[in-house]
Amino acid sequence: MAIEFEQGRIGDGELSLSDRASTIPWWLIGIILIIIVMVLQIINNVEYRRAYDAIIPGLQLTIYATIGGFVAASIIGLFAGLGRISKNALFRNLATAYIEFIRGVPMLVLIIVSGVVLIPTVTDGLNQSFGLDIRIPEAIRGGIALAVVYGAFMAEIFRAGVESIPKGQMEAARSVGMTHGQAMRYIVLPQAIRNVLPALGNDFIAMLKDSSLLSVLAVRELTQQAKLYTGSSFRYNEGYLVLTVLYLTMTLVLSLLLQWYQRRLRKGE
Amino acid sequence: MAETSHDMIVIEGLHKLFGDIHAVKDVNLRIRRGEVVVIIGPSGSGKSTVLRCINHLEEPSAGSIRFDGVHLEDPATDINKVRTDVGMVFQQFNLFPHLTVLENVTIAQTKVRKRKEEEAKKIAMAQLERVGIPDKADKLPIQLSGGQQQRVAIARALAMNPKAILFDEPTSALDPEMVAEVLDVMLGLAKEGMTMVVVTHEMGFARAAADRVVFMDHGEVVEIDSPEVLFSQPKHERTQLFLNQILQH
Ligand SMILES: Nc1ncnc2c1ncn2[C@@H]1O[C@H](COP(=O)(O)OP(=O)(O)O)[C@@H](O)[C@H]1O
Ligand SMILES: [Mg+2]
Repeated sequence: MAIEFEQGRIGDGELSLSDRASTIPWWLIGIILIIIVMVLQIINNVEYRRAYDAIIPGLQLTIYATIGGFVAASIIGLFAGLGRISKNALFRNLATAYIEFIRGVPMLVLIIVSGVVLIPTVTDGLNQSFGLDIRIPEAIRGGIALAVVYGAFMAEIFRAGVESIPKGQMEAARSVGMTHGQAMRYIVLPQAIRNVLPALGNDFIAMLKDSSLLSVLAVRELTQQAKLYTGSSFRYNEGYLVLTVLYLTMTLVLSLLLQWYQRRLRKGE
Repeated sequence: MAETSHDMIVIEGLHKLFGDIHAVKDVNLRIRRGEVVVIIGPSGSGKSTVLRCINHLEEPSAGSIRFDGVHLEDPATDINKVRTDVGMVFQQFNLFPHLTVLENVTIAQTKVRKRKEEEAKKIAMAQLERVGIPDKADKLPIQLSGGQQQRVAIARALAMNPKAILFDEPTSALDPEMVAEVLDVMLGLAKEGMTMVVVTHEMGFARAAADRVVFMDHGEVVEIDSPEVLFSQPKHERTQLFLNQILQH
């Protein structure tokens, strides 16, 4: 042990074999191997290929719902986060109520409630009051449901981001005559958002995974496609293994990108 | 009122409480146009709080403050407008780290003073020239030394064409070798007739630039006099005690 420790300090060039082995990201190689095996299966095995062909059309909705939901959740989260630390008691209480409500209910239930109760109630209300015929496409229904849920998580991220900026920044901005709003917009938020980008990135990945919950609203994203395929073909193994590896591939790529970005950020400092 | 026309800042009966802490007790102070007033006193004596009340970063608990004839406590007063006329330089510089030096000096000009980008840049460069670092315009604050950062902060204040500048221990966070470059800039401003209120323990600066020195203790103004008199023949024992302490260090 002591010897290995000594060697470890000399430098990369003189690492012992066992040290070098311990720095290799074996977990990553393992996961990549799993993905490769699955890709080979899809290429060579007709049942896997059928499952893949049936499920992959859901990718589009998964991506749309995730990106749309992410953008909407960011906007909701920004305002709810600012509301949470607002001096205005009404904003503060509204924001806190929203956040605590969301945190107190399981995500699956929230998705069902916003898709089956909230959105139809709003659209029906609008349609009846104004004689309209709004029908929200399933991708957007899914995106809204995700945004309502994730807006509350992101509110806490934005709140923490704003609170991480030293008070002197707001004071310096106010001392040159900026209003509170200008100081937020030009001085505090740009710094706060830069600080929370990694956390937002993690939420994006989490949203991508949670978009599978939209299958309960019959949104034809990946998971729903897999359910439909396995339900009709009874090929449960193939369908759900392909589904698993599809999610795994996407989240792996995204989290590697995020790690790379964070490393670059740290170097830049 | 004729008597106030040559007063830039008039503080009357100022009190500030933070919960149970009586940080400022009945402070009265008149600062004339073009005057340089240095405030000294032990840590926690309320110096910063007085300064911060002048531009309403702290709201006074009682008393009145007039800045160039404008009553700050009047609800009709636009405090943001007043603040554009009162520069402030902080101990910790408080530059905007996500903006370049030039942007630090232009942002309030364009967003608050509504100057055109071109004009703001020209003014900013002139002020950076004035504080001696025009060559750092495109750098980020983090790439500058403490002394340079504080000079940028002074340029940022100057670019708004303030009627007065408040300095809260502008050299306390600096390495000793950088104190002089900041004090030189401040001395230059004093000579040009800028109205300045400076919290500092730099006795050399006070001697060279101050018209009057204010000694504060426990939230009160104990003594006000010219630097010559206050430093060599203080009337109050508390002033004497404090001066002895800082001269020993
Ligand atoms: N924001 C604040 N909240 C509570 N107490 C404060 C605050 N700012 C200052 N004080 C207190 O007020 C007193 C005066 O502080 P300050 O004006 O900063 O003194 P000085 O600048 O002379 O060191 C101190 O006791 C300090 O702890
Ligand atoms: Mg202070």
